[in-house]
Amino acid sequence: MKKGLIIGLLVAAVAFGAGTYFGRSGKQEMTISSSTQGASYAGGFKAEGVAVKPGDAIRSVAGPAPTNVVVVKDGESIQAAIKAAPKGTIVRVMPGTYHETVYVDKDDIRIIGVIEAGRRAVLDGEKKLNDAILYSGNNFVAENLEIRNYKGNGIMGQAGNNFEIRNNVIVDSGVYGIFPQLGQNGIVEHNVVSKIADAAIYIGMSDNILVAHNDVFDSVAGIEIENSRHAIVEHNYVHNNTGGLLAFVTPGLPIKDTVDVIFRNNFVVGNNHPNFGAPGSTVSGIPAGTGILVMAADDVVIEGNIISDNKVSGIIITDHANAQNITADPESEPNSDRVKILDNVMLRNGYDTITEAKALMLAEGKVGAKNLDIVRVGPSPGSCIINRHQYVTVGVSDFTECDFTNTAATVNYLLPPVPPREIKPGERGKVVYLGICTGCHTYNGRMIGPPVQVIQALYLDNPQGLADYIAKPAKKRDDYPEMPPQDYLDPQTRLAVAQYMLQVTN
Amino acid sequence: MIRALVLLIAAIGTAGATGPAPPDFTLNTSCPPGFEKTQAGVCELRTLYQFYDSLENRGLGGTRTALPPHRDGFTPRQIDLGRYLFFDPVLSGDGTLACASCHDPARGLSDGRPRSLGIHGEDAGRAAPTLWNVAFLKRFFWDARAHSLEAQASGPLYSPREMGNTPTRLLASLNGNATYRRLFQEAFPSHRGPIAEQEIFTALAAFQTSLVSLNSRYDRYVHGYDAALSEREIEGLNVFRSFVARCSECHTPPLFTNEQIAVIGMPEPKGHAFDVGAEAILHSPKLKGAFKVPTLRNITRTAPYSHSGAFADLRSVVDFYNKGRGNAVPKDMHLYLHWHISDPKLTDTEVDRIVDFLGALTDETFLPQTPARVPSGLAPAKRGE
Ligand code: HEC
Ligand code: HEC
Ligand code: HEC
Repeated sequence: MKKGLIIGLLVAAVAFGAGTYFGRSGKQEMTISSSTQGASYAGGFKAEGVAVKPGDAIRSVAGPAPTNVVVVKDGESIQAAIKAAPKGTIVRVMPGTYHETVYVDKDDIRIIGVIEAGRRAVLDGEKKLNDAILYSGNNFVAENLEIRNYKGNGIMGQAGNNFEIRNNVIVDSGVYGIFPQLGQNGIVEHNVVSKIADAAIYIGMSDNILVAHNDVFDSVAGIEIENSRHAIVEHNYVHNNTGGLLAFVTPGLPIKDTVDVIFRNNFVVGNNHPNFGAPGSTVSGIPAGTGILVMAADDVVIEGNIISDNKVSGIIITDHANAQNITADPESEPNSDRVKILDNVMLRNGYDTITEAKALMLAEGKVGAKNLDIVRVGPSPGSCIINRHQYVTVGVSDFTECDFTNTAATVNYLLPPVPPREIKPGERGKVVYLGICTGCHTYNGRMIGPPVQVIQALYLDNPQGLADYIAKPAKKRDDYPEMPPQDYLDPQTRLAVAQYMLQVTN
Repeated sequence: MIRALVLLIAAIGTAGATGPAPPDFTLNTSCPPGFEKTQAGVCELRTLYQFYDSLENRGLGGTRTALPPHRDGFTPRQIDLGRYLFFDPVLSGDGTLACASCHDPARGLSDGRPRSLGIHGEDAGRAAPTLWNVAFLKRFFWDARAHSLEAQASGPLYSPREMGNTPTRLLASLNGNATYRRLFQEAFPSHRGPIAEQEIFTALAAFQTSLVSLNSRYDRYVHGYDAALSEREIEGLNVFRSFVARCSECHTPPLFTNEQIAVIGMPEPKGHAFDVGAEAILHSPKLKGAFKVPTLRNITRTAPYSHSGAFADLRSVVDFYNKGRGNAVPKDMHLYLHWHISDPKLTDTEVDRIVDFLGALTDETFLPQTPARVPSGLAPAKRGE
């Protein structure tokens, strides 16, 4: 199972052997490029409007400035504070130990730990609780926390946009340390994440992401970008994981592609940790000793990384067909298209590589090589590389020369905080009327409740009266059942729906 | 046994109703609840979810996430004609079964059976899924073999194990009925000539897209009313969406399905042959035993559960997941189980809380009205008991 990901290699080796590479002799011509000169990669994403200059780079994405602060002290409950908090609140958590699952289903909440002389607010799941933090609201911020001993995830987002997760320490907290899912526009930076059974930082099905300056180690996967678009992963220290940086398309998920990922200026060092991924998980097939792994992701740029001491290979590029522990998905395109490998420092990789890779090297006539920097199996159309002569490679001979040498022009893919959609009361009133009241009231007929025409006659100039009635309906008619209270609608919405109901004409 | 009795009663009912259909059928000119009639005279869905967004417009995510794109824009008359058709046993080969026999408003738009029974009382092989929120689906049937409601309809109509009709006989019986000829003309005013199969499918689709359920207590919680869910249900929600249970990774809000096909390895009931599911459709051995992720809305209304009714109640379903990856895979068979099927080791209390939470997904306020009579003069679909 462990080597499942690479098992197809042998078959591929035969194909390579029979094809382009067999019997090739003599030195290839060298093309030497300098990454400080030459064209810059334009990136696959353009925010509306003008190009960003480095100085104007967005550093914050969480929307409106907070308007309220509450303080939670050791012994109190963070969740209780969040429950009571209006949107726009900073929940400051004082040093201490908190045993709880915190969930945030509203917008504009920031949970910010206070660090006092090195003492943090510690969320401790004691290996009993599932997740430390679950958020689904927009403009969510989690900072300065320490998270330990959860079974599920450290911090998990479900469709929250404009999030910032920074300066947290996350240790031995289940499947993923930090896992924003189905979100747009987020920053994950300056976190220290270790001992995670799958990916320490996992960007799943999300768009416009920056993962920077994190220290991730002792996990199965360091940083994984999966079924996501427009992500930059830079300046991270990724060491002693089974695999360091991953760009994947995982089959069986509703969003089918990974496009436009930049891995740049990271330290990807000694990722040789024995694989302790759960049986059946995608990462359980990663061979221990993988620096960077690209599987079925498109437009992945690898630039400026220091990739060293990863025993299987510095970079592996593969497809779904060669990953045998992967389930099938007819809707996802299985190849890693348009990989772009720019200048990287590669040292001492592949010194103890897997049999399948050795066979491949043999097939390319690379006898006696002690290292392996880059290995590619499976189709990878449109891919390019510069300064290929620097590395020990297999399967990249048909990569073209890239027509750029750096990514300097792509600053990041973040967006200004996306403002919440403004809902006019009239519009809300109409939608609530149609979405809820029409279940029991029609304009001119008897349904479960009396006709709207009758109600209009009763409350003609009195929308407030109607709004008050529906919050606490009194029994009025013998031949009708009781109307259930609509007190779950806030007073404003109740008035809006009353006004709307009083003017409908059909 | 019970089934045979029903057939008998149905047959008597038919015998008594062969006279000319009453002339007074009219089609509704207002839209069904939840829909706004636009200037163009068509019905468009309105829900609070339209105030939210979703990544890539896929309609998947967390609480305040928009719904996926959906079907609407039918006229009130098309919808109402579809309602008559849906409840009219004239659509089946022998006049005994309507769509509503197996998608019964009184049974969560399903039939309360492990597997449906066809016109001759035979096992239809699979369970009848609910039709709530089919307007949002892109693929239909447990094995995802149909790609539109229109394409789906010919399945039950012409399957000998379900309604046992043929296109010729279906068109003959509808065209032979003056009321239906008039109603189709009203619903499809630009159409000339006899009733066509496509119009039947369109009307059925129109009606089915009006079956919307988005007003559960869970939805009230989502739209900002914290007290809509009890403490236990919130605990259940948090287990449901936790990465230990991972339910929401597949049963993703707001529809509680991500509409993917997944191999999860649920067992077949005793004596029932293994169902290869989507493998047979997509010809991929890796999809042996793969089924479309079903919605969990109104789930308390549609026991028993699974594609073949292997589980009598919700607790047994959750127990299945909790027994761990592959616990019911037949010996000597290899299935490529989905990676989210894990070994969650939930406590008994957590399992109970999930079941509590699933109870908060019930909303049947837009339940369609069963017509008192249908144009064929047959008894509108009766409960199968
Ligand atoms: C579940 C069914 C149901 C829903 C949903 C419902 N109502 Fe009613 N409504 C009733 C019934 C039944 C009555 C009659 C109660 C009585 O007369 O005792 C009623 C009565 C009323 C009345 C008459 C009050 C009076 O003084 O006679 C108003 C106004 C009203 N509803 C407004 C609304 C509004 C606005 C909504 C949507 C927010 C709504 N209702 C949703 C069932 C419902
Ligand atoms: C004999 C019982 C029976 C009758 C009658 C019946 N169905 Fe079904 N229906 C089923 C079963 C069983 C399935 C699932 C079959 C499968 O997946 O292979 C199903 C599936 C469906 C689906 C797919 C739902 C989903 O989520 O994938 C739709 C839509 C549907 N039926 C609509 C109809 C319509 C419209 C009619 C009338 C023309 C009808 N059914 C008549 C039993 C029935
Ligand atoms: C990998 C995706 C996946 C995950 C994770 C998952 N499910 Fe399912 N679920 C499915 C599929 C697919 C089916 C249909 C399987 C079948 O009928 O054989 C299903 C069926 C069900 C049913 C029966 C529905 C019906 O109408 O018959 C229930 C209830 C259910 N799941 C609840 C849960 C709960 C609770 C969890 C978390 C403990 C969960 N599921 C996790 C994919 C998933």
